[in-house]
Amino acid sequence: MAINLTSSNPLYSPEVMDHFLHPRNVGELENASGVGEVGNAKCGDIMKIWLRIEDGIITDVKFNTFGCGSAIAASSMATEMIKGQPLDKALELTNKAVVEALGGLPPHKIHCSVLAEEAVKAAVKDYYDRNGIEYDPEQFKEASCSHCHV
Amino acid sequence: MIYADNAATTRMSENALRTYINAAETHWGNPSSLHITGQNAKGALEEARAKIASLLHCEPREVYFTSGGSEADNQAIRTAVMAGLKKGKNHVVTTKFEHHAVLHTLEQLEKELGIRVTLLDVHEDGLVRVEELREAITPETALVSVMYANNEIGTIQPIREIGEICAEKKVLFHTDAVQAAGILDIDFAGEKIDMLSLSAHKFHGPKGVGALLVKRGVVPYTLISGGAQERGKRAGTENLPAILAMAAALEEALTVREEKTLHLLNLRETLIDRLTEIPYSTLNGDRKNRLPGNVNLCFEGIEGESLLLLLDANGIEASSGSACTSGSLDPSHVLLAIGRPHEVAHGSLRLTLSGENTMEDVEKICEILPQVVEYLRSISPVWKDLESGKAKHILPERYSEPAKEEIRETA
Repeated sequence: MAINLTSSNPLYSPEVMDHFLHPRNVGELENASGVGEVGNAKCGDIMKIWLRIEDGIITDVKFNTFGCGSAIAASSMATEMIKGQPLDKALELTNKAVVEALGGLPPHKIHCSVLAEEAVKAAVKDYYDRNGIEYDPEQFKEASCSHCHV
Repeated sequence: MIYADNAATTRMSENALRTYINAAETHWGNPSSLHITGQNAKGALEEARAKIASLLHCEPREVYFTSGGSEADNQAIRTAVMAGLKKGKNHVVTTKFEHHAVLHTLEQLEKELGIRVTLLDVHEDGLVRVEELREAITPETALVSVMYANNEIGTIQPIREIGEICAEKKVLFHTDAVQAAGILDIDFAGEKIDMLSLSAHKFHGPKGVGALLVKRGVVPYTLISGGAQERGKRAGTENLPAILAMAAALEEALTVREEKTLHLLNLRETLIDRLTEIPYSTLNGDRKNRLPGNVNLCFEGIEGESLLLLLDANGIEASSGSACTSGSLDPSHVLLAIGRPHEVAHGSLRLTLSGENTMEDVEKICEILPQVVEYLRSISPVWKDLESGKAKHILPERYSEPAKEEIRETA
């Protein structure tokens, strides 16, 4: 893109601006082991994560996000945090850890980090489902979308 | 940096700024004081009042200074509702896309006093239909409140016709003219307006000052009690530097109005022509009955806040009706009122120009914006579903609108 990709905006931490303007792992994976999509276009954000899983390790990860700056930054950060990790580690990723890694998010943007956590979990669940691997459904409960009033 | 968010606020003009500083130095007296310092301040205050009255075609005694547009809206609504209730009238007619200073005040009065509010539809073009307004008025109607021009999509309402209907039906007519003052030629008396709100910082004046025009014979409700300032209807020592700067800014804005309008129309039409070339984009609100500096577009498949941040990173400052920019989770009530679905409303962009903007600014916006939209679409799962046919486009691929010649002639 010929357009400029450097900026500091006091609304967001430098880490958020960095991951928003230079998102890591953007794209799609062909023949992914698992794909997770969470969110709702009506609410204004959707995250989709593709995982390549080999021997229980996430060897590659890509994402696409429709959403605000912090949603894109949270997706980027979450993919960085799980890349190269074993599945059980990826499942331990919390939205809080994403927020911390991003140097904080404004209060009304915390839900973007929740979406990132859920997108990772949804992709792992998809992998388990595809491969007939048993799991505890409680582990994959999605937060409700009721806050959007749509 | 290109500032294209003049509906949010404007930069103070040199003239307004100098007036402000001079007034703070010279007229620091209290206009309520008897001594010469006070009375000189009083003289300057009344001069400003007379100037504003003459510019907006009302009488000086019909001008009440306030802290801005929101206070003026609050005061206007309470004025009509309180007077109405005394006569057993408890109904208000307004529109779905008023500013929240109007809508939230009315919601509060629905709860506090049990008034009834009819919200008129503004249709896909963002315009009130006068016949629907006429039908909505009942014998219980105390107030009709319709904004002069919308703050998000810039559509200019049929104020003169509404004034006629309200006069005929003997219902008070308030208009929130915050976006129109200093830009359109407002005729308070001629348009049969009973109350009008305005705010100085929208026309290159200072923040924290505005006015409510109230037709003689209508007694303003006292929102702020205390001293006898503003004919006893708005207490508090007058913010004289701000008031004088507001009068100077309004005079300046209206002196250059015609020339500035032509300049803005040229910029606006170029922006609309070029930016709607982006596939699956659309203009929000009627193209013809529109503030000369307002462009409001939706782009399918992207979200407005990320669009704004990328524009900002490229030196273009604008705004959006996306939920993510507002701190709430719903997109703009204005875009929903004109029938944009949530998915589309999230991808909105508002560019609002002032006389300070140039054709070079427009060129830069037209160069950067399509790239930003394309980039965000390239990482958007929503866009990919639309492109692969998994989801259906809501907007048509090509935007179409009425002929441009017609627009320029009538504007």
